[in-house]
Amino acid sequence: MTALVLVEVENGAVRQASRSAVAAASRFGAVDAIVFGDGAQAAAALPGVTRVLSVPGLVNDLAEPAADLLAARAKDYSHILAAASATGKNILPRLAGLLDVQPIPDVVEIKDADTFVRPIYAGNALATVRSSDSIKVLTVRGSNFDPVAAEGGSATVETIEAPASEKSVFVKVELSASDRPELESARVVISGGKGLKDAANFKLLEPIADKLNAAIGASRAAVDSGFAPNEMQVGQTGKIVAPELYIAVGLSGAIQHLAGMKDSRVIVAINTDPEAPIFKVADYGIVGDLFEVLPTLEKAL
Amino acid sequence: MTMKVLVPVKRVVDYNVKVRVAADGSGVETQGVKMSMNPFDEIAVEEAVRLREKGAAKEVVVVTVGAQAAQDVLRTAMAMGADRAILVRTDDTLEPRAVANVLKAIATREEAGLICMGKQAIDDDMNATGQILAAKLGWPQGTFASAVTVADGRIEVAREIDGGTEVVSLTLPAVVTADLRLNEPRYASLPNIMKARKKPLETVEIDSLGVDTASRLTVVSVAEPAERKEGVKVNSAAELVEKLKTEAKVI
Amino acid sequence: MTQIEREEMEFDVVVVGGGPAGLSAAIRLKQLMPDAGVCLIEKGSEIGAHIVSGAVIEPRTLDELLPNWRDLDAPLRTQVTEERMLFLTETRSFAVPYLDRVMPQMANHGNYIVSLGEVCRWLGEQAEALGVEIYPGFSGAELFIENDHVAGVITGDMGIERNGEHGPNFTPGMILRAKQTILTEGARGSLTGHAMKRFGLRKGVEPQTYGLGVKEVWEIPAEKHRPGLVQHSFGWPLDDHTYGGAWLYHFGENLVSFGFVTGLDYANTYLSPFEEMQRTKLHPAFREHFEGGKRLIYGARALSEGGFQSIPRLTFPGGVLAGDSAGFLNVPKIKGTHTAMKSGMIAAEAVAEALEKDRKEAASMTARVQQSWLWSELRDVRNIRPAFAKWGMKLGALYAGIDSMILRGRAPWTLHHPHADNETLRPASVCTKIDYPKPDGKITFDRVSSVFLSSTNHEENQPVHLKLRNESVWQTVNHDVFDSPESRYCPAGVYEQEQTGENAWQLRINAQNCVHCKTCDIKDPTQNIDWCTPEGGGGPNYPVGM
Ligand SMILES: Cc1cc2nc3c(=O)[nH]c(=O)nc-3n(C[C@H](O)[C@H](O)[C@H](O)COP(=O)(O)OP(=O)(O)OC[C@H]3O[C@@H](n4cnc5c(N)ncnc54)[C@H](O)[C@@H]3O)c2cc1C
Ligand SMILES: Cc1cc2nc3c(=O)[nH]c(=O)nc-3n(C[C@H](O)[C@H](O)[C@H](O)COP(=O)(O)OP(=O)(O)OC[C@H]3O[C@@H](n4cnc5c(N)ncnc54)[C@H](O)[C@@H]3O)c2cc1C
Ligand SMILES: Cc1cc2nc3c(=O)[nH]c(=O)nc-3n(C[C@H](O)[C@H](O)[C@H](O)COP(=O)(O)OP(=O)(O)OC[C@H]3O[C@@H](n4cnc5c(N)ncnc54)[C@H](O)[C@@H]3O)c2cc1C
Ligand code: SF4
Repeated sequence: MTALVLVEVENGAVRQASRSAVAAASRFGAVDAIVFGDGAQAAAALPGVTRVLSVPGLVNDLAEPAADLLAARAKDYSHILAAASATGKNILPRLAGLLDVQPIPDVVEIKDADTFVRPIYAGNALATVRSSDSIKVLTVRGSNFDPVAAEGGSATVETIEAPASEKSVFVKVELSASDRPELESARVVISGGKGLKDAANFKLLEPIADKLNAAIGASRAAVDSGFAPNEMQVGQTGKIVAPELYIAVGLSGAIQHLAGMKDSRVIVAINTDPEAPIFKVADYGIVGDLFEVLPTLEKAL
Repeated sequence: MTMKVLVPVKRVVDYNVKVRVAADGSGVETQGVKMSMNPFDEIAVEEAVRLREKGAAKEVVVVTVGAQAAQDVLRTAMAMGADRAILVRTDDTLEPRAVANVLKAIATREEAGLICMGKQAIDDDMNATGQILAAKLGWPQGTFASAVTVADGRIEVAREIDGGTEVVSLTLPAVVTADLRLNEPRYASLPNIMKARKKPLETVEIDSLGVDTASRLTVVSVAEPAERKEGVKVNSAAELVEKLKTEAKVI
Repeated sequence: MTQIEREEMEFDVVVVGGGPAGLSAAIRLKQLMPDAGVCLIEKGSEIGAHIVSGAVIEPRTLDELLPNWRDLDAPLRTQVTEERMLFLTETRSFAVPYLDRVMPQMANHGNYIVSLGEVCRWLGEQAEALGVEIYPGFSGAELFIENDHVAGVITGDMGIERNGEHGPNFTPGMILRAKQTILTEGARGSLTGHAMKRFGLRKGVEPQTYGLGVKEVWEIPAEKHRPGLVQHSFGWPLDDHTYGGAWLYHFGENLVSFGFVTGLDYANTYLSPFEEMQRTKLHPAFREHFEGGKRLIYGARALSEGGFQSIPRLTFPGGVLAGDSAGFLNVPKIKGTHTAMKSGMIAAEAVAEALEKDRKEAASMTARVQQSWLWSELRDVRNIRPAFAKWGMKLGALYAGIDSMILRGRAPWTLHHPHADNETLRPASVCTKIDYPKPDGKITFDRVSSVFLSSTNHEENQPVHLKLRNESVWQTVNHDVFDSPESRYCPAGVYEQEQTGENAWQLRINAQNCVHCKTCDIKDPTQNIDWCTPEGGGGPNYPVGM
């Protein structure tokens, strides 16, 4: 069995989520990669990849030509994977449509070649499903598979022609200008609660966020008290985030807040109250006054 | 403009309901639970109605594939402004692939010029039906839309991608899937709900369409996610940074 | 303010509130007048979404309303099989002997344990099948008054922003015109309050008194489940002067309904009905039922406890009151469903007559009530609740036994409710603090995680629906004298006192948490809290089971 992975390359480097997808794919046997636009070299360096299909002519990840191309190659593969990214979620279900198979999105665990675990109901339940399709089309959640290294492999590269796209034309792309990443897509989030006492103190989170390239979030109590704007609220009635690292500062961890961040990979809590419920979900906790901890944390980073 | 917009809508467990995994692991308890229109589909309905109000479309037709009870979401959609509704009746739960087969048949019959739908249903979170449908129809797709404009037989779609927005221009007919920021759907007001009771609702038995609705996935089990385990307490910021670097490897 | 343009729609009858009373009224009306246009609005997002009840119900009224209910798949599935009334001390419990004679009101044979929310959903289906137009998600915000009589209701505006401005999706409420309006909003209805004030409906009757019921639904291991078991308790953890007690019912598929009612005439400002409920679960007589179980739903709701003495005038030009809004609850039985349904049926009969004879006021309702079993049932138990208030729980129970067993409800005297519930609180300086145990996260819980299980939500960007009429009164009365009782009696943690300076405090109102129990509207010492109906569809979303 051979699996094909749609590998995304950004600024010359393979995205971590794609390296996780390669790791997931190696569970099925040999791994080929396909790269749209430049970046075949980066993909060829991934350990475990034997062959890279390079499509330099397809620069903007348009789903229509991408899916056509994948469909034309699909018969050689038992599994076709991508990261559960905006690109993966745009292209792979379309590919599944062309192949007339049922895609399996957001896989968090692979049981065997046909059986997968995926979250449903916003992660409130995990479904184990078995696919009877001959070609399995899946997107995988990066945080659930340890990525392969960026270097160490030496795959062969085969260049293929990009099909034309008439029905869909790329116009432009605007990447958000803010120097802070968006809450929902940030790799690190640092959130503050009522414990920060006022809006001025809330700014204490900024230098740390800068150092970690983190987005800033807030509890509802902090938003209601005017420390932070509404868009920053994390939780049941705010944004739902699942970063690699979530740092909760001076917030108690009410269940409505947890509903918005409990799927983060690593949670850190800083709170004076050792009984605060946030410690029940935190991987690392500091029982202490945030006004003392934050400055030292900033220095230690 | 003579374009007809088709909006598929799905009846799902209400956003506010805390779902509970059935004790026997067969699924999620949906018995007696409040159901509503999938929130992304409300956005899709709103967008379609706006297109008609702007004169870019002639008619908005909503369709759902589901049981008799799914009528209520069609009524809600009509109260929001859709002109008429189609219930494709089935008591089975269909996968996106099967739903797409059904929708393809309806889109062809209706000669839809645009299909505007939710990007994802909040129950199964597949985020797939629109893309599969577009592929099956051979139409271009504008997924995760945050803005759309129709002009000169094309539709321009601003799409939410990781870290920003991408704009694509598609020929019509096309499939657009709505993301959260596309618009803020209007309320179904009481007068409009009353009027919607009188709008046409057609029921089509799924078998009469003669499409393949078989499932390709079997649910082995459904479980609650494991609870997070309480971690460790560290004594200082320095120790924390050390652990984040070497143990958790997140920074 | 500019006049808002409102659309209108005309009906023969508009019913406000889709509880047992309103639904029974609507069904009865359609049975009597199949062609009448009947519209029912309900502020919950669906019928049943705001219903909190025990509930052990008597099927008596259902037999009258829909005699073939057994064939209609009605969700009355668990019959009472076993029951006991316990008197609790801190560590022990004593079953009241000869329950059916000493407390005949507590005899439950032939009754059913149900999820009242589920029963209401079912009644809603029956009503719709008869042609009643039901609109959930819309609240009655105001009475529509024309020429000094009620000519319908105005539903709430939607899309007003937090600052009071009309947002982009502003949708004005609608005028639902009706020849007769039936108010069945349950205990402490807001339109009912307006009607009472406007038409002087409470003149000459005693104040309405209330209790607060705080409830949980649990799923317990099958081997512990004893469907049909009914257990009530009084005594611990309340002191002898505070009325209240717990219930525990096994019903459905491994479900347990547990809850605690506290009389809102309690005096100790430090009392927390929520915490009383939580700690009762730790008593040996209750604890075993929860061990190994899982809490599924949480909710709270006030119920009227004034009974017979507090029933107001029931009719006014253009409308009538029924159900808990009118106070038709049998307190010693803690049953208001069959009485709410009966009063709804009678209201429908009186309204039908008024429609036929083209009368403005359905005045025959009063006589119809007085001639029905409803009246004698409530009259016979009229002294029991006031006796508890007057003599405390133990002597009150003794009196209740005598009243029921010897006098059989025919005592030649009537005991009174001397105070409204907001007048009974005592200053913090003379009250003893109550040391409630910390939640263990297994059997007992805190308020925020409880509210989570009520699936409560309110659209965030709307004006706060709980307001202080006079902000400065809060500090001088609520804070300085009573040490902020609202931060304890509110079962949803809506109110928090916050220190803002050396001697400065303010009240924080987390209106989004509100489960619409109406306690603050009832218990605030100076009636300074104004509970307005929030945007329709807001509030709890209790699932079937509640
Ligand atoms: C329907 C509904 C929806 C809700 N939605 C949300 C939501 O989306 N998001 C959300 O966050 N909440 C939500 N809530 C509110 C939630 O229940 C909590 O009230 C809120 O999360 C509490 O915020 P907090 O943790 O900042 O405040 P608190 O609970 O007051 O916690 C403050 C914490 O700071 C600690 N602290 C104080 N001083 C210091 C110090 N010097 N150093 C370190 N620690 C300190 C304290 O020990 C305490 O644990 C919702 C509630 C409801 C009912
Ligand atoms: C783990 C798992 C196992 C499953 N197993 C089975 C099984 O054994 N048997 C079986 O029959 N089904 C099964 N299903 C199918 C499942 O019940 C859903 O119907 C299916 O996954 C649809 O996914 P979705 O709604 O998340 O689609 P999405 O692609 O997320 O939906 C996107 C949009 O498609 C439109 N849409 C989706 N469904 C409809 C509809 N019914 N009517 C109108 N418009 C619609 C809406 O506009 C919606 O916003 C399974 C699903 C999962 C996730
Ligand atoms: C904790 C508790 C335990 C109980 N236990 C039992 C028991 O075991 N057995 C028993 O028989 N009875 C019991 N009762 C009493 C019984 O539940 C009530 O008497 C009965 O529900 C009253 O019916 P109702 O229709 O008058 O009011 P409710 O059931 O309160 O219904 C009123 C409805 O009107 C809606 N509404 C209110 N205002 C508006 C508005 N302005 N616009 C639109 N809609 C509105 C509400 O959302 C609600 O759905 C209990 C009550 C409580 C609170
Ligand atoms: S705010 Fe008032 S009505 Fe709302 S839950 Fe609290 S006490 Fe009850």
